[in-house]
Amino acid sequence: MMTATRTKNTTTVELEGDRVVVIARTFRAPPRHVFDAWTKPELVARWWAPKSHGVTVKSIDADVEIGGRYRYVLSHGDNEFAFSGEYVEIDRPGRLVYTQVFEAFPDQPTTITVTFEEEDGLTRMVSREVYASAEARTAALESGMESGMRETMDQLDELVAELAAG
Amino acid sequence: MVETFAALAEPNRFRIVELLRSGPRPVNTIGERLALRQPQVSKHLKVLKAAGLVEVEPRAQQRFYALRPEPLRRLDDWLDRYRQLWDERFDAMDEVLEELTQKEDEG
Repeated sequence: MMTATRTKNTTTVELEGDRVVVIARTFRAPPRHVFDAWTKPELVARWWAPKSHGVTVKSIDADVEIGGRYRYVLSHGDNEFAFSGEYVEIDRPGRLVYTQVFEAFPDQPTTITVTFEEEDGLTRMVSREVYASAEARTAALESGMESGMRETMDQLDELVAELAAG
Repeated sequence: MVETFAALAEPNRFRIVELLRSGPRPVNTIGERLALRQPQVSKHLKVLKAAGLVEVEPRAQQRFYALRPEPLRRLDDWLDRYRQLWDERFDAMDEVLEELTQKEDEG
């Protein structure tokens, strides 16, 4: 059992051009574990909801194969929000490409490419989100800010739209 | 905010903003430093000004362009909230990963 305090790994978010957001972070685990945590439904269910926003996972279904689909449903009170998409490339443990839509706006799919690279026994994860348009990216980022400030259901809708980056 | 993104998405405009971080400059020295023609620089400055990213400071006979930090600060706050959301998720994921590693160690 490790008791020493560990330094927290830093999450970075950067913009590229007008449609891309790049999220990066290092994990203290080998790529195969990070890949599994990212894709296996029973594991995704444990981290995908941002709990401090009062959001919980309702269901996570995923058919992790090329052309397979996934659907993540979150809930907040009586309301449910779903995200879904299709796996485009699967190369465990190094690379994963999938599409994602917030089902309320199904005509604005985001394409997400995640790479898991081993660095000294740790994993460097880089998630590159390519939005359908500059406006779609702006809406996604904007909702992240609003969600922290207000708690109306409209705002929650926006929050969950912002989660579509997952 | 859309305007800030759109203004910065153009590479030469981004270079102008970077250059102006070191202080206000007139159009001609911006053009010289970045090897851009003056009409091009003027066009970019017009967009940056419309987005509130630069303002004009008259000095003697020249018009100096200066950076306005507010939109950049807002952009930074914005990204930071998005980052915090992911950070929360990843902290939860750390626990999942620790468990996977322990299970594997136990064989």
